[in-house]
Amino acid sequence: MSNEIPEQATMIAEAVRFGTVSASQVLEEHLARIDTREAEIHAFNLVLADEARERAAEIDSIVAEGRDPGPLAGVPVALKDNLCTRGIPTTCSSKILGDWKPPYDATVVKRLSEAGAVAVGKTNLDEFAMGSSTENSAFGPTRNPHDTTRVPGGSSGGSAAAVAAGFAAISLGSDTGGSIRQPAALCGTVGVKPTYGAVSRLGLIAFGSSLDQIGPFTHTVDDAALTLEAISGHDPADSTSIERPPLDLRSKLMMGAAGLRVGRVTDLPAGASPDVQQRLDEAFDALAAAGAEIVDVEVPAFGYGLTAYYLIAPAEASSNLARFDGVRFGARTSAPDTNQMYMATRTDGFGAEVKRRIMLGTYALSAGYQEAYYGRAQKVRRLIANDFAAAYANVDVILTPASPTVAFEVGDKASDPLAMYLCDTYTIPSNLSGDPGMSVPFGTGDHGLPVGVQVLAPALQDHTMFRAAAELERYVQSQQEGALA
Amino acid sequence: MSAQPLYVNDDDFFPSNDEHEKWTHAGYEMVVGLEVHVELATQTKLFSASPNRFGDEPNTNIDPVTLGLPGALPVLNRHAVELAMRLGLALNCTVQKSTFARKNYFYPDMPKAYQISQYDEPINADGWLDLPDGFRVGIERGHLEEDTGKSTHIGGAGGRIHGSDYSLIDFNRAGVPLVEIVTRPDIRHPEQAKAYVSELRSILVAVGASDAKMEEGSMRVDANVSVRKPGADFNTRCEIKNVNSVRSVGRAIEYEAKRQIALHEAGEPVIQQTRHWDENDGKTHTLRSKEDADDYRYFLEPDLVTVDPGPEWIERVRAELPPLPAERRAALSASSGQPANSEAVMQVVERDQDAYVLEVGTAANGGDVALALKHVKEAPDLSTVVPAGRLAALTAMESSGAVTATQAKTIVESMIAGEHERDPEAIAAALGFEAMDTSELESMVDAAIAEQPEAWAKFCAGEGKAMGALVGAVMKASKGQADGKAVTALLNQKKS
Repeated sequence: MSNEIPEQATMIAEAVRFGTVSASQVLEEHLARIDTREAEIHAFNLVLADEARERAAEIDSIVAEGRDPGPLAGVPVALKDNLCTRGIPTTCSSKILGDWKPPYDATVVKRLSEAGAVAVGKTNLDEFAMGSSTENSAFGPTRNPHDTTRVPGGSSGGSAAAVAAGFAAISLGSDTGGSIRQPAALCGTVGVKPTYGAVSRLGLIAFGSSLDQIGPFTHTVDDAALTLEAISGHDPADSTSIERPPLDLRSKLMMGAAGLRVGRVTDLPAGASPDVQQRLDEAFDALAAAGAEIVDVEVPAFGYGLTAYYLIAPAEASSNLARFDGVRFGARTSAPDTNQMYMATRTDGFGAEVKRRIMLGTYALSAGYQEAYYGRAQKVRRLIANDFAAAYANVDVILTPASPTVAFEVGDKASDPLAMYLCDTYTIPSNLSGDPGMSVPFGTGDHGLPVGVQVLAPALQDHTMFRAAAELERYVQSQQEGALA
Repeated sequence: MSAQPLYVNDDDFFPSNDEHEKWTHAGYEMVVGLEVHVELATQTKLFSASPNRFGDEPNTNIDPVTLGLPGALPVLNRHAVELAMRLGLALNCTVQKSTFARKNYFYPDMPKAYQISQYDEPINADGWLDLPDGFRVGIERGHLEEDTGKSTHIGGAGGRIHGSDYSLIDFNRAGVPLVEIVTRPDIRHPEQAKAYVSELRSILVAVGASDAKMEEGSMRVDANVSVRKPGADFNTRCEIKNVNSVRSVGRAIEYEAKRQIALHEAGEPVIQQTRHWDENDGKTHTLRSKEDADDYRYFLEPDLVTVDPGPEWIERVRAELPPLPAERRAALSASSGQPANSEAVMQVVERDQDAYVLEVGTAANGGDVALALKHVKEAPDLSTVVPAGRLAALTAMESSGAVTATQAKTIVESMIAGEHERDPEAIAAALGFEAMDTSELESMVDAAIAEQPEAWAKFCAGEGKAMGALVGAVMKASKGQADGKAVTALLNQKKS
């Protein structure tokens, strides 16, 4: 067959199901790109070429037998390396996991596989998903495919870069404070954090359990909808999973923006650079032109999100990461007694940022300080949720920047944790409230680098968020077609 | 929702706790609260599907959740919740909306380095347990939590981790569901502590919540002990661990109370600490003091959601509760005329033989519950080998005077020994037990009086003790076949 390999997951799956291209052809095309550019980008901790070839052949035989290989038939997918894969090393980009191989697949990994997707590799991340640049990886940084002197964002930088570089049609990341949306913005892909509980966390190695959600990186809004439809839906093995059927998103994409009430946050924390702000303004105009009503809203607690987050997330992390003690799995540094073994193992195994957050979180939960820090942060968290709920009484979605700036240079913020933390100013509040958020590529900013606009919606209104995102995407496409014409 | 008592005592007068005897020593009284951990009798663990089974090969009942593997998530066992509710309702607790927290500390047999436990919102709160003598022990809470694994320290001294060469860990027990039942500091006597543990164990078994075997560790008792001058404020307490039998509970708290009294008397401070009961030397020893206690950094477990059983579930569990030991003792007491806390009633209920005894009372041939109770108490095997109808027939013969108490006892022994195929009348006949006619008995009594004029004179002078010699002589003459009650009656008749 001489058919061209499509980029989009929806089109790949359709072509594979109709037999116009084979899953193996699709895979080889992507593996070839990995061969060409992976050395400079370092999106992957592990490329699963052999396993992927085997799986692609399986898909092809299913098609040959006339059976349905599933809605993601033959779609190459990259998995953030904090998602458990049975028998395949899962590292969290940390030394402490050693060569540990999970005895089970994460629910999302299982569901993607059942939908016919082909896993091509495990992607790099900031160690234990703590960071905004993928520089905090024990295995070295990932580079932005648009400019390899720059970061891809983080913590799911490897997954964002893998899609942006064409190594995989889709990828999965996890988002605790913006770890999908910020790298999606910096790499020019769609990135979605769905409503908390929409996607099972079983098999996601926890950072902040009450904040973590898994979501996709894709080339298009439709691809993201397709992926989420495949991985969402109730999982009895995750007690925080919502008891609902999978999200229904693709049917809403063509509804347009007419009548949609779009919120502009008047008291949004400052910090967005002019190029990003300009794109955001354009996004409002685009939706207004499509018939949406732009409504000013206030979210007074928005600005407190970052502070509350840097108490709650480390507090949960300090507990979640306590199991990495050298006793049952992963790396162990020998020492004369148990307590010294704990200390030596954790001293050697964890990187600086992880240690910083474990200490922050331990302190925030300690007797005598817990009420002042963790307790207060929880109150702020409720305040933020209430403020958003009040705003959503008047609007259907809210637009903000996804990241304050375009991709910054490698090393730029590596020695300044606070500057790094500010990258997540606009994404953190929806993790605290449990609401969905997504970044949609919306043109370019300084240095011709991608800019993402963030669409926010109330919990369980993921479909409304997608409706607005699809409209923004249509605007961008029309602009590009206009430029070409 | 307020807790309703499930039963009332046979005695409608509840004496107040103050009227019960207190243990005192050198002018001090003890103040004791107990924390009892019980393993619930579920098929599987609290948060995973591994079997909850004692005694299996080490590390066979494990899974990713039990081992705390990265990415594993807990899912609450509904049956464990129901068993905890059963226990709470049996202890007159309010069953309420509850949450789980993480208790963070490092120990090799604690797989996640945190224990999932209910902290500030337990499923059961504010109940009580009435001891058989009416003493009421307040229950503060009964909360769900997971058990730890089990460490065995090899080499070194005393099986402690410090100084050992290496440690072996069995994770079979990790994640087994526990309920921790915490009393208020109401207990004032070692016997009350023992009675509380015994009664709690009976309730646990009765409601099917646990097999409550202290020797297998499925029921473990910690005691908080302090002492004070009556009426004074509470003093510093110590927590005693490793108390592994009902008897040790009494011994350990008595030892500890005396130790603290000696300190107070010597003007030395009692330091708040955890102490270890040593069964061998009968003493408590320092385990750790409060200064080096862990800061557990409790916070709400984000991997689980609130457990709200709701009125419907609670009421169904309440309706399905079996009769509790106290209720059964009251029923047996009412039918037998014996006090509810008499040895016979306590023992027979403890052995689950009360239904058998009561069945005797309802038999068509007119059984006597009081006599059945006496026989069953003395001969525990009766209920398994003799149908209630036959025991009823025997008690009927006994109460009508057809056989004496002594003869009845012999017949019971014959029945248990295998002659139960025959009915008690046939056994009585075979053994030559015939009702003695009154004239025959009277002549024996007269003979005894004639033989022992001094005893007779003393008896007539009001010395009750002298009766023994006369009755003894009649029993001897009758070869034990005389009815002691009839002999006494005849003697009294002749005296007047």
